Order: sequence, then structure tokens, then C-alpha cells
Amino acid sequence: MSVSSDYQGPALTIQNLKKVYDNGFVALKGIDLTVQQGDFFALLGPNGAGKSTTLGIVSGLVNKTSGSVSLYGYDIEGDWFEAKRVLGVVPQEFNFNQFEKVADIVVTQAGYYGLPRKLALERTEKYLKALDLWDKRDTPSRMLSGGMKRRLMIARALVHNPRMLILDEPTAGVDIELRRSMWEYLQKLNEEEGTTIILTTHYLEEAESLCRNIAIINQGDIVQNTNKRDLLQQLHLQTFVIELAEPKPSRPSISAYPCRWLDDSLVEVDIEQSNCINALFKEFDVLGLAVTSIRPKANRLETLFVDLVSNNSEVA
Amino acid sequence: MKFHWIAFNTILLKEIRRFMRIWQQTLLPPAITMTLYFIIFGNLIGSRIGEMSGLDYMSFIVPGLIMMSVINNAYSNVSSSFFSNKFQRSVEELLVAPVPNIVILAGFVFGGVVRGIMVGLIVTIVALFFTDIQVFNFWVLCSTVILSSILFSLGGFINALYANTFDDISIVPTFVLTPLSYLGGVFYSIELLPEQWRFLSEFNPILYMVNGFRYGMLGVSDVSLYACYGILISLTVVLAAVSIHLLNKGKGIRH
Repeated sequence: MSVSSDYQGPALTIQNLKKVYDNGFVALKGIDLTVQQGDFFALLGPNGAGKSTTLGIVSGLVNKTSGSVSLYGYDIEGDWFEAKRVLGVVPQEFNFNQFEKVADIVVTQAGYYGLPRKLALERTEKYLKALDLWDKRDTPSRMLSGGMKRRLMIARALVHNPRMLILDEPTAGVDIELRRSMWEYLQKLNEEEGTTIILTTHYLEEAESLCRNIAIINQGDIVQNTNKRDLLQQLHLQTFVIELAEPKPSRPSISAYPCRWLDDSLVEVDIEQSNCINALFKEFDVLGLAVTSIRPKANRLETLFVDLVSNNSEVA
Repeated sequence: MKFHWIAFNTILLKEIRRFMRIWQQTLLPPAITMTLYFIIFGNLIGSRIGEMSGLDYMSFIVPGLIMMSVINNAYSNVSSSFFSNKFQRSVEELLVAPVPNIVILAGFVFGGVVRGIMVGLIVTIVALFFTDIQVFNFWVLCSTVILSSILFSLGGFINALYANTFDDISIVPTFVLTPLSYLGGVFYSIELLPEQWRFLSEFNPILYMVNGFRYGMLGVSDVSLYACYGILISLTVVLAAVSIHLLNKGKGIRH
């Protein structure tokens, strides 16, 4: 890799990036964004918010209208050759030749990055094994399941050992078990290899589990850009759903917290982020309510995301 | 430089692998079609026509039929392959990689050249069953066939950049290439045409390619070699410049 190991600046710097499509649609209104080296970063937003346009510009698939983008200090226009060498891209939609064999797709991609054939074959074996696709190496890619196709795109994006990996909804349509194994792999890649990862996803649980920093984009503007802890602290209330061992038709009120009975054995309780929940259980004891389970009503980030996006839409 | 050479080879090998994988659609049909041409036009009708430009009719049409196969296959290889890449979005594999546009263009164009020349060789072998083949000037023969296949590969590439549907890549071969090929002196010498039709024929670039190639094989031509090379080289330069300009703009491949 030709990027100097002395480079200490951000992995990605976006300044005043604007994109207006030919039909007049303003996809990006001049966004600024910085992602540090080694970060696991989530770019979230509703459909049509500008996530894919942003990542498309960074990866060279979309022409920008104005502004600047640099990767590891290399401008994507002036130093496009070096900028592209540090980047691996896993797009939202399957974009490989469906008639080619799995190994050929990865070896070919290595060739586009100038890897000699011997090295390309070694790397192909390494990543296909790591992503559990080695047994399928001679299978035409159209024969793979959806999850395998996603993993193939990850192997293809990693074959040149990029310093930054962009994943545009990598787990869309992937079953839970496979999603978890992909999370583990990406975490390992980030922690052990130091690969900077930028992720877009509609599974906010995924962003909450994996990412350290999060930006939320809506209607072409960045409406939030901070670390995950600060972002979650913006949530004042958490709602828990509590299940009782036995139905309680009298539905007694719980004085310390606002609550709603969903039925005789299910109760929803709102608790301030800053409060501890021990008092809740004490009061349940006093009322003779035996609790069998407690769970958050919704993903915390999801609640915040909905708040931020709806507030922003109202302003707009 | 080595880096770009590897990328070029990768694209070229991928293109060759693609048309070899579907040889029943790419290499076999021209052999069958040209066998029919040789039987019907060369043997059955040709025996009644007699001589053309001092040669028996079968010998006269062989260079034109070979050249017609070469340019059709060079064109359709690039147009269908690059459009398929666009359609399946696998062109994005190239666009995210550090591959210069000139290397992308060269990779696809030389893929078309290889297929054109392979089909040309197959048709030549088929022709050997019907007539003797001679080589009058090897260098003219090779240079006209290579330049023509580069030119039509470039044409196919531009067609693929503009195409939005598979129908769009069949329009040019059907409505432009085939008529120009048939009117480009494959089956007759333009010396036989009335003055005004002969004048019009001189605007047909395929006339120069067919006659240049025929000169390389048989030593006869309706046009001068200078005109042949002048038109081939200038059109190749123009189409290459247009292709690079469109690629730089991202026409049909970048939003």
C-alpha cells in the first residue's frame, strides 16, 4: 500500500459536498463529515436521505456537483489513483457478473488493483476461506444464496487489503445468524487489522452494536454527527416492557414511574435515563407483582433516530 | 505502468473468457452463416456470375465475407459485453478500482479485436473448403483487419455507453452495419455501379476496409490504399477520442 504509515490525519474528509442530479433533485446540500482512521462509523438516514449518494461520490460511482472529498489525505479527483487504492466498497445491490465463478470474481477484482496473479490467488483463497465461501469457489455466482452473495462482495472488496471499507447496507436481507457472524468478522477486521469501516444500515441495532461514531443524514443534510455514547445520552426516557408471572386484573398504578398496562400481565414503564431502576422492582415487590421478564420496548438508537429525523423533517 | 498492464490484461482475459464460455453464441454462428454464403453465393450463384475484377466470383467474395465477419463480431462483442456490465452493474467493479479510463477502453476494445480476429480465422478455415486462399501482401492484410476491428470495437463501445436497453445495442448492427456491409463492395466491384451510386459508395467506410483487405489477399482493390489507411486511421482516432471523452464524463455509467 502506498499510503504513508506516517499519515495521521482523518481517513475521510468531506467538505461542503453538494450533489444535484440532472432532474434537479438536490441529494446533498453541502455536507461536512470527518471519519478518523480506525473508526467504525455509521452513516444513518431514511431512504432517499443522501447516504448512498455520499458513499457513491466517495467511491467514484457518482459525480459530485461541488465540494471536496479526500481519503487518507488524497483528493478523490486530483489524486484519484492513490485515493482509490485505499478504498474497498461493498455496495447495496449485487453488482457482480452473475455468470462468473466465485473465485474468478475475486481474482479479477485483484487484477483491477494491479495485484500479480500469484498474489491475487493467495488473497482470494484467504478471504474466501475467511468468509466461508471457499467450498463455493467454482460455483457460478448466480447459484449462491443472498447471504453468500453479500459475503462474496465483502471478499471482493477486501482482496487488495484496503485501509478503508465502505459497506452500504451489508446485512440487508441476511438472516440473523449470518448477520451476527458478519458483525463478528467486521469487528475483527476493524480491531485487529485497523481497517476504517463506514457502514450504512437500516438495522439500528447493528449500528448501536458495532459503531463508535454515528452521523445521521436527512434530506441531504447531516443532522447529527457525534459518538454513540453522546448520541444515546440525548435520549431522556427509556421504555421497558415488563411481564408478570401472574395476571393482575386490578392493574394497580405504579406511583414512581409513568406506566401503561398493555393487558393484565404486561406493563410498559417509562424511566428517565439518569434514574436507576432498582426502585421499580422494590415497588413491584410491595404491590406483590412477580416479574418474569423485562426488555426495552424499542432499540434506543431507533427511538432517537426517529426523533431526529422527524424533527428535521418538520423544520424542513 | 506494470500496475496498469496487469489491469489491462485482467480486462482482456475476462473478455476472452466471456466469449469463449459462450462459443456457441459467439464463434459458431459466423462459421455456419459464412458456410451458407459460400455455398449459395459462391458455388450456386457465383458459377453463373463468372468473373469479377478478373477473378472467379468465389475468390472475389472471400475477403469481403471474412472482413464482414470480423467487423460484425468486433462490434457486437464490445457492445454486448460492456452493456451487460452496465446492466448487471458489474462495471462498478472497474469504476471503484484505480483503473484509468484509457485502460478500461483498451481492455474492452482489444477483447473485441481478439474475437474479431478469431472469427476471421474460423471463416478463413471454412473458406478453404471452397477455394484456395492466397496472401498478396501480409502486412496490408494484417493491418487492415486489425485497424478495422479496433475501429468497430470502438463503435460498439460508444453504442454500449449510450444504450439503455438490449434493444439499443441491436439497432446499429441491424440498421447501419448490415446495410453498409452489403453495400460496401463485399459481393461486387463498385466499378460495376452507375456513376452516382459509385460516388455514394465512396462515403461508405466499409468499402475501404473490404477493399484494403481484398488487396492484401488478392492484390486487387477498387480504392487506393492511401484512402483506405487514411479513413481507417482517422476514424479510429476520432472514435477513440469520443470514447475517452464519454468515459471521462461518465456517460451512461456514472450518475
